[in-house]
Amino acid sequence: MGPVTFFLLATALVVSALTVVVHPNPVKSAMALVATLFLLAVEFVFLGAHMIAALQVIVYAGAIMVLFLFVIMLLNLSDEEAEARRRGRALFRIGAWIGGGVLAAELAALFLRVPFPAPAAPPAGYGGAESVATALFVDYALPFELTSILLLIAVIGTVVLAQRRAS
Amino acid sequence: MWADAAIAAVKSLVMLLLALNLTVLLLWVERKGSALIQDRIGANRANIFGGILPFNLGIVNTLIADPIKMFTKEDVIPAGADKLLHFFGPFLAVFPVLVTFAAVPFGDVLVIGGREINLQVAELNVGILYVLAMPGLSVYGVVLGGWATNSRWSLLGAIRGSAQMISYEIAMGLGLIGAILVFGTLDLQAIARAQGATIWGVIPAWGIIYQPLGFLIFLVAGIAETKRVPFDLPEGESELTSGYFTEYSGSKQATYMMSDFAEIVVVSALATTLFFGAWQVPYLARDGFHFPGGFALALPQVVVVVMQVASFVLKVLILCCFQILVRWSLPRYRYDQLMDLGWKTLLPLALANVLITAIVIVLAG
Repeated sequence: MGPVTFFLLATALVVSALTVVVHPNPVKSAMALVATLFLLAVEFVFLGAHMIAALQVIVYAGAIMVLFLFVIMLLNLSDEEAEARRRGRALFRIGAWIGGGVLAAELAALFLRVPFPAPAAPPAGYGGAESVATALFVDYALPFELTSILLLIAVIGTVVLAQRRAS
Repeated sequence: MWADAAIAAVKSLVMLLLALNLTVLLLWVERKGSALIQDRIGANRANIFGGILPFNLGIVNTLIADPIKMFTKEDVIPAGADKLLHFFGPFLAVFPVLVTFAAVPFGDVLVIGGREINLQVAELNVGILYVLAMPGLSVYGVVLGGWATNSRWSLLGAIRGSAQMISYEIAMGLGLIGAILVFGTLDLQAIARAQGATIWGVIPAWGIIYQPLGFLIFLVAGIAETKRVPFDLPEGESELTSGYFTEYSGSKQATYMMSDFAEIVVVSALATTLFFGAWQVPYLARDGFHFPGGFALALPQVVVVVMQVASFVLKVLILCCFQILVRWSLPRYRYDQLMDLGWKTLLPLALANVLITAIVIVLAG
């Protein structure tokens, strides 16, 4: 990936990520997050990590964000309500600006002081189906299985909670 | 480098024209086909040249007059609508479907002047995941289109549509895992090439021979993804007027309709690629026919490639027609039946298919 492509992509990525945070409308915020995830997948494609890019789109942009959007729409939070809520918290806003400013200054100092060597080329097969599968099912087979049990517990927990409320 | 770019551009153009033309042609097949099924005459009012021609040019009406009418109609944006998202809805619905065609191989290698051209727009080594990921994004067109118009019908349609598409995507993905296991690759072109082999030297080794259940699950889930009868709950005109695109008119409504038809073509193209030998013609290799029994017929390379592309298009057309036949033969599901079919029938079947396929592959070594 050439520097021009990278900076074009990175700019789009940062703009859409900022839109997620600053846009007053929650639905458009969520859509900006979808765009961010999609652009991130494009970055992975340029790195040659096609598998990770595809998973990123399938899992995050294609499934999880749809559920986010679903919930936001059902809550039906309008622009005005969100604006009213935001206005009532002037003190929080000032605090957020100060905290954000400090973090930004620290980041800027970091970027200025620490040298960034040119990154090494990714190893052959990086982010491809084989390397992801080897990592998941050979190197980290036990953590992977434990995670699936954890997810199963969460699913069962959700069903139990939902049933208790219904009865 | 310029030659490479030109080749890529030509390949993209060929695939795009193929997809768009099939999409529009389907509009006519749908109208005439439904008329045939319902014993009507169908679209026939385009008797141009005042009946001089011995045949009726009803096809002209659908292919030219109708799109022109649609795209020049007034575009109405309802008062309470979110203008930006109302504008983007149709694009978000049709764009992911059209880019899916990029990964579908439409022929083998074409050799021109010593240069080998792989007849596939995007040579992805994870083609199957790409073709699963992209159509999944078209759900945003449905959700946003329904929400942005600030209409109750649309919102209900959008919610039904997104729930349906997510549910059937899972069955669709799991239904394909069997095929991935059999061919041992995620590359669609490699899968297409693998289907050129023969079983016992006679039967073409198409995916459907190995994965009949996988094909069935994929097709049913695919038809559900296109949101058409018997799975047209998101549109359900008897309940929701027109579902998520109730408040759309003119070219935007036409774009939504186009995305539905393009999805039919995508599902057919993917089913062809994975289960019906993609561009393979039985017994046709790169240098000509090799029939079982030792009879061979040498053919020039260009003829072979043309036959392969024609074979791909023909198979896609047959599957498209089959989907239209399904659409005009079956009544609509009830919503709970739809969810039951997706989660309680297709999903367990797909899981069983994965398990059985994996066991057979391990046992067969």
